[in-house]
Amino acid sequence: MATADSGEAPRDDAAVALDENGARQGTQPAVQARGVAEQRGLFDPQILRGALVGAFKKFDPRVQIKNPVMFVVLVGSIITLIESIAHPGIFDWSITVWLFLTVIFANFAEAMAEGRGKAQADTLRKMRSETEARRLRPDGTEEMVAAAELLKGDLVVCEANDIIPSDGEITEGVASVDESAITGESAPVIRESGGDRSAVTGGTKVLSDRIVVRITAERGQTFLDRMIRLVEGANRQKTPNEIALTILLAVLTIVFIPVVVALQPFGTYAGATVSVVILVSLLVCLIPTTIGALLSAIGIAGMDRLVQRNVLAMSGRAVEAAGDVQTLLLDKTGTITLGNRMASDFFPVGGHTEMEVADAAQLSSLADETPEGRSIVVLAKERFGIRERELTSPHSFVPFSATTRMSGLDVDGRQIRKGAAEAVKTWSSEQGGATPADLAEIVDRVARAGSTPLVVADGPEVLGVIELKDVVKAGIQEKFAEMRAMGIRTVMITGDNPLTAAAIAQEAGVDDYLAEATPETKMELIRSEQEGGKLVAMTGDGTNDAPALAQADVGVAMNTGTMAAKEAGNMVDLDSNPTKLIDVVEIGKQLLITRGSLTTFSIANDVAKYFAIIPALFIIAYPQLHSLNIMHLHSAQSAVLSAVIFNALVIVALIPLALRGVKFRATSAAAILRRNVLIYGVGGIIAPFIFIKLIDMILTALGAY
Amino acid sequence: MGFFWTIVVLVVALAVAWRYLGAYMVAVYEGRVHFFGFLERPIYRALGTSPEKEQNWKRYGASMIIFTGVSLLVTYALLRIQGHIGLFNPQHLSAVPSPLAFNTDISFITNTNWQNYGGETTMSYFSQIGALTVQQFMSAAVGMAVAVALIRGFARKESATIGNFWVDAVRGALYVLLPIAFVAGLIFVGQGAVQTLAGPAHIHDALNGVAQTIALGPVGFMEAIKQLGTNGGGFFNANSAHPFENPTGLTNLLSIVLLLCIPFAFTYVFGKMVGSLRQGIAVLVAMVALFGVWVGFTAYAEHQPNPAVAAAGQVHQPTGNTTGKEVRFGDTSSALFGVSSTMTSTGSADAAYDSFNPMGGFGLLTGMMLGEVSPGGVGSGMYTILLFAIIAVFIGGLMIGRTPEYLGKKIQAREVKLAGLGVLVMPIVVLVLTAIAVSTAAGRAGPLNAGPHGFSEILYAMTSQGNNNGSAFGGLTGDTNFYNIVGSIAMLLGRFAIMIPVLALAGALAAKNVVPHSLGTFKTDNTMFIGLLLGVIIIVGGLTFFPALALGPIVEQLSKGHFYGTGLIGPFISHLTAGRLF
Repeated sequence: MATADSGEAPRDDAAVALDENGARQGTQPAVQARGVAEQRGLFDPQILRGALVGAFKKFDPRVQIKNPVMFVVLVGSIITLIESIAHPGIFDWSITVWLFLTVIFANFAEAMAEGRGKAQADTLRKMRSETEARRLRPDGTEEMVAAAELLKGDLVVCEANDIIPSDGEITEGVASVDESAITGESAPVIRESGGDRSAVTGGTKVLSDRIVVRITAERGQTFLDRMIRLVEGANRQKTPNEIALTILLAVLTIVFIPVVVALQPFGTYAGATVSVVILVSLLVCLIPTTIGALLSAIGIAGMDRLVQRNVLAMSGRAVEAAGDVQTLLLDKTGTITLGNRMASDFFPVGGHTEMEVADAAQLSSLADETPEGRSIVVLAKERFGIRERELTSPHSFVPFSATTRMSGLDVDGRQIRKGAAEAVKTWSSEQGGATPADLAEIVDRVARAGSTPLVVADGPEVLGVIELKDVVKAGIQEKFAEMRAMGIRTVMITGDNPLTAAAIAQEAGVDDYLAEATPETKMELIRSEQEGGKLVAMTGDGTNDAPALAQADVGVAMNTGTMAAKEAGNMVDLDSNPTKLIDVVEIGKQLLITRGSLTTFSIANDVAKYFAIIPALFIIAYPQLHSLNIMHLHSAQSAVLSAVIFNALVIVALIPLALRGVKFRATSAAAILRRNVLIYGVGGIIAPFIFIKLIDMILTALGAY
Repeated sequence: MGFFWTIVVLVVALAVAWRYLGAYMVAVYEGRVHFFGFLERPIYRALGTSPEKEQNWKRYGASMIIFTGVSLLVTYALLRIQGHIGLFNPQHLSAVPSPLAFNTDISFITNTNWQNYGGETTMSYFSQIGALTVQQFMSAAVGMAVAVALIRGFARKESATIGNFWVDAVRGALYVLLPIAFVAGLIFVGQGAVQTLAGPAHIHDALNGVAQTIALGPVGFMEAIKQLGTNGGGFFNANSAHPFENPTGLTNLLSIVLLLCIPFAFTYVFGKMVGSLRQGIAVLVAMVALFGVWVGFTAYAEHQPNPAVAAAGQVHQPTGNTTGKEVRFGDTSSALFGVSSTMTSTGSADAAYDSFNPMGGFGLLTGMMLGEVSPGGVGSGMYTILLFAIIAVFIGGLMIGRTPEYLGKKIQAREVKLAGLGVLVMPIVVLVLTAIAVSTAAGRAGPLNAGPHGFSEILYAMTSQGNNNGSAFGGLTGDTNFYNIVGSIAMLLGRFAIMIPVLALAGALAAKNVVPHSLGTFKTDNTMFIGLLLGVIIIVGGLTFFPALALGPIVEQLSKGHFYGTGLIGPFISHLTAGRLF
């Protein structure tokens, strides 16, 4: 995938490793983005055009009423329109036009944010070609039907170059599948029946082999359909925090209505005639129009930023929750370490040589297709030039099993085994061998270093130890330090034994770890964190992760995972990169910060507007109030108009900020607050003084007033 | 004693009160003080309740309304039949007229003590004691109970209840107000405040050949609870400027200590009960900062020459503006008393606020307009500043990228709605009622002065009643049907339209779980939070009242051509504002 906006936080572009799923782990900047996250500039001309049209369409009062702040502006502009018609004058008309423009700018901001999602949805729709499906009849024969006619439970056959017609589960066979249409990732992935890799997605393409798929989705409810609806924002609902903020903005709007309306009788008492147009202008300037206009755009853009990173959030609520997360549960494999353990050393015991260990280790691993097994062969070759050999004499491989906990090879009367230290030790002593004195110490040392010790034995003779090392990703330690500064606790989840887990946890710099994790202990951990009031985020892919994903406040399912996992989580990562959980948290925080900062800015702006409008309002009754005209604005009319123009233009000026989000730095809450209060609070007080003065000077220079 | 030493003594006395009275109040509300158990238990039995019977917020609120309703009826009845109660009525005063009785009744049950009457000529001693002083205890105890309920909302975790109203009110009155008021009353009487039921003294001045009636009464003890309960309703019309109410410099200082001690000590109660004294100190610092600035500003303003006197030829006024001041207290001390009284919703007065310089009056007026939070009334100051704190936390919390929380309680739609409602009520009530007053003939008949000062008089009256302060700017004829009724509406809304959302908030908060503190939490016990809280208080108060203020005291001051002719601020502002005319 490609980088999206420049406003993004730096991403961990760790090296790519293939895991046992054959799916890619880690991100790869070189891969061209396709799929949903098609890159568009912030002001893509196509989106701009659509947004301009949308800005006018949104004038519908039914749309406007949903936003109390902008609704008041709309009502105000209608009042000034009536006044302008009743008493035509250039000033009244100018105010009316600028008030309408204020509403249009707000609509435009929202339409801009929506437009980006709509453009992405269109791209997806184009891909959703009307496919033909080969449905299996109960008697085993095939019939061709349109994908649209497929029902849940139907069986279909897909062979090389077929597009999988709908979401389903492989019941038979194994195939490599190109999922780039969904993920943008060009490397094919392996899908096979049974286990956690059986789910296939409609719209993806089979590259080789033949599979039988049982359809699991109703028409219109496929993953692709859901994805289109999500990026389009069709079911967008206000999130809890957005509702709370809307209430606060409504409060700040309601309170200013009596403030302004009361000025009419106050003015009359003072012997002044108060212009309705100026009163409406004052009201519009005082209510928080800036944040009111940009609020929904900020929310939509937050979801959009996730999509840009190939993460689909099922609801805005999940994005908000991400900002609140206090505990991150991170799978060790793929997130903290590069993926798989690699053989890094051979340690001989009992007087054997390193060469002997390497030779036996290589032999025992010839048939071992796991990445660990392959890494032993590679290491033996690198260190001692031991090549892969063709076994000519009769031999049999002993596969790994959970009960024996070892694997190996029987050849020429030799029984070579490698496996867990305890298992091999027991096995060799059963063969009549004695355990070398130095074995325990070496095994212990390797384990304490966070590596996995595998013991190699040739019959009764224990030869030595293979160290399988977990390689911690570069830069991950800094990432965790940032998390800590933000007050987020990181917990590493691993199936390793506590000793190994502790060593890796220390090397990676996580706060805590859960060793020998099972779905049950994971669930228990989430529950206990939540009982303490914490919000928990996790990633998962397997079906057995589904309950935990559902329980977590933010559950990011890997796209390579099972359908059950994807349905349980509230986000899906199309890249299947668990490290992205950290990005998700940052995007959630950035969304909330943007809201808070623009609210502060909006309220702080009011101070300057008062100094522009109040002296102008009562200048005839009380000329002495000109002392409050500290900006030395040219005339009463230019002062009011300047304030209104500033109020409208600031919305447009802040659209890029709303869409891109306030710059987020991973640091302590206090530092973030200080920075934002300074920029948006203090800056929000000062900026309008400067710009209102500037606008006034321009109006004066134009000879308008 | 100079102004400086007054401040020093005040700070020391309040610091001691904060620490020890605060700790004592915590013990009282946590049920660890029992020395009046023999009185307390029968009351609970009579009410059919007990400290173990906790209430949810609705029951708590309903109990509060029932209690207030009964108080309202009893007080009204007593004022109306005072002529028929043969007790303690040496002047044979007859019934208080009904609109005035209604206004006075509401004024005392809402802890406002707005007085559209002259005490010595309207109220029998029985009414002063049995109707008014009783409510001075009980309305204060109600305010404190509501504050304690809100604090419990923060302190508790997943709790359905917020305490028991009857128990909180009884304990507050019995253990906090009564003992302190008793001791303070003794000091007042010892210093020369009158305390008698014998009726007025009749003096025949043989030298000048005139007969005089000197009003007397049970003043000294009423004076103590008047200040301690931030009530402000004095026995005499002249309030604390009257030598029988406030006889010496010591009682003047004691008055200030009394009216500030409980409101400030509530921050200690808050800190202790939520388990972090630092949280209470943060709120305290915000209160003290506002209070200090307002005292400084107002004292400075009063130390300036009175512009009207200057215009009459007396330009040199070394003792500041002495018009309408007791010479015993002088300019700055009267300003200190005035700010203490207006910023605590007390409303007592030892000078004529109407005669303050425009900017001095501005200080008193804005002290109330900030919502009575620095430190505010007993209890009411605490719960109102917590409403502002919730709004500050909401905005500030967002800015750090978390959905906001205060003391571990998530601030969500419901909390914002209730806090917003509580903050909205006062400005809307004040502005709307002022607008009505200035646009009706009945309202316009009230003020003594024309122009901006007349406007200030009406605005002040509405602000004072809407904030349950009760101080009078003077100059306004208040005992008319119009002002009696409009004022009653302001006082009722200003009290209960805030208390009900506060109790609902207490219930909502108590029901929530607590989010554990982490480095990513928005801190509410540091300078940044104090700054934000002050910002929200000043911006909300400032933005809502700036236009009205511009038409009252600001334009009045500007009519003299400048803010202050001399001093530090004057030249600066003159320089800043020396712009062109439009």
